[in-house]
Amino acid sequence: MATSEEQDWKRARGPFAAVFTAPALWLLAFFVVPLAIVWAYSFGETTTPTTIEISGTFRHYVRAFDPVYLEIFLKSAWMAALTTALCLVVGFPVALAITFAPERAKAWLLLLIMLPFWTNLLIRTYALMAVLRREGYVNAGIGRIAEALGWQFDPLPLLHNNFAVVLGLVYVNLPFLVLPLYAALDRLDRSLLEASLDLGAGHLRTIREIVVPLAMPGILSGLLITFIPALGSYLTPDLLGGPDSQMIANVIERQFKRANDWPFGAALSFILMYLTFILIAGQTVLAGRRRRREP
Amino acid sequence: MRREAAGPLDYLARWPLRLWIGLVALFLYAPLVTLMLFSFNESKRNIVWTGFTFDWYFKAFRNAGLLEAFTNSLAIAAIATAISVVLGALVAVACWRFRFPLKPAFEGVLALPIVVPEICMGVAMLVFFARVMPWPAGLPWPFNLGAIIIAHVSFCFPFVAVIVRARLASFNRELEEAAKDLGASEWRAFIDVLVPHMRPALVAGALLAFTLSLDDFVITFFTAGPDTVTFPVKVYSMVRFSVTPEVNAASTVLILLTVALTAVGLRLQGRDMARSRGI
Repeated sequence: MATSEEQDWKRARGPFAAVFTAPALWLLAFFVVPLAIVWAYSFGETTTPTTIEISGTFRHYVRAFDPVYLEIFLKSAWMAALTTALCLVVGFPVALAITFAPERAKAWLLLLIMLPFWTNLLIRTYALMAVLRREGYVNAGIGRIAEALGWQFDPLPLLHNNFAVVLGLVYVNLPFLVLPLYAALDRLDRSLLEASLDLGAGHLRTIREIVVPLAMPGILSGLLITFIPALGSYLTPDLLGGPDSQMIANVIERQFKRANDWPFGAALSFILMYLTFILIAGQTVLAGRRRRREP
Repeated sequence: MRREAAGPLDYLARWPLRLWIGLVALFLYAPLVTLMLFSFNESKRNIVWTGFTFDWYFKAFRNAGLLEAFTNSLAIAAIATAISVVLGALVAVACWRFRFPLKPAFEGVLALPIVVPEICMGVAMLVFFARVMPWPAGLPWPFNLGAIIIAHVSFCFPFVAVIVRARLASFNRELEEAAKDLGASEWRAFIDVLVPHMRPALVAGALLAFTLSLDDFVITFFTAGPDTVTFPVKVYSMVRFSVTPEVNAASTVLILLTVALTAVGLRLQGRDMARSRGI
């Protein structure tokens, strides 16, 4: 509908230039050019500490498949997948309840989920550190109970390990999954669910056989929206993780700051970017195929 | 709209789901609420409640570094939001109204800052401002924050564009044509007809851009110099070494600010929505 009304830019050069020039130039100068430089650097060599010669080498990409780095890539993917799965388990019932809640309750529940999402990421991570620390609230709480019962209690190591990283990633990314899930469930035709219930299927069976298959495209895109930021997260593993919970982003940061190996860091960040693109492309293809199959 | 009695699909009325939502809310809010509570605690040790005090707020306020970082963050967010709203609205109008060569490619690039991992963009900004366009040192405030502002605009304005574009889809183009038939220039028609229609989206976009900018740590961390520290970067360096209630106090102020902004935004949007529905 809208496409037919679009005006050819040649017919109104003045207005087109007025609205197009500034944002296009900004995007080119302050987004495309910086990324292009990083891309070029990924094929370069550090000649002196401050110069990089673009020599066209693939050395850094080959080095990224060194077992040390491959392991970090796999571990990051695994942690992100675990995070996404946990978010789905925790978030699905919440999204379901929001979808079928009365209007007023729905607005409040959405706000309940959104508000932490708008709160500063660093503050949220810091808040979690205070909870998980050796002398944090969880350990202090258990300690006090143990003391009252006269038991011996050693504080649990809750912070600076992989457990803390996954917990932190779930904490930070949960709204990313609940909102798309809600959007997907909200589009469902309720009469189908009611028909299934009327015909004697239980709630769990209705969810498994009606809700999930129908809402699948939305669920998949929600999973993707959660997985991508989790895969590239820097702050959570940095602050909550231990020495063995580094993710890709931490390795990239080290190349650019302490290790000062920009070409290798550039190659790693482009591998991360290609992974992101492959995931998005895969999801788009899947969604397209699904749409074609449906009448 | 829904029946008063709990229907079979009214999952919220079932206790296991209520319990689940309660637990999720506890998980999401307990850390934040304790953080805020302990900003009023007398003891420096962040764990045992010894008494109520406002001391940490005064301490945080007198901490020059923290205060500077805080004002820097607010200034960056305000300026970046203003630029992002203008750029986002312009590009949304351009893509909505015109057909031009390579349009799908352009739209793809425009969506990139939304999907590119933060770390990649941070690294790109670091390289850009280190090698291509070093930001001059010693500029007066707030011009010394230019590099960070530029980086923030680059990832904020595509979000604004998405929101404005969605809003433009509901615009009745005949209104603009009517205005032009009645003798309005392109400019007048834009300002008097199109901009009022976009307004709810501009408000929503501004709020999103402001929050994104205020929230950003990774990209700022790579762009910030030693004398251009933002609040998240400052808190990061403080948290690394020690945990003090001062950070709790400053964080509480920022959380309250976010909540207030959200409330204002929801109210404005509700009013705009009611008005546009009334037409």
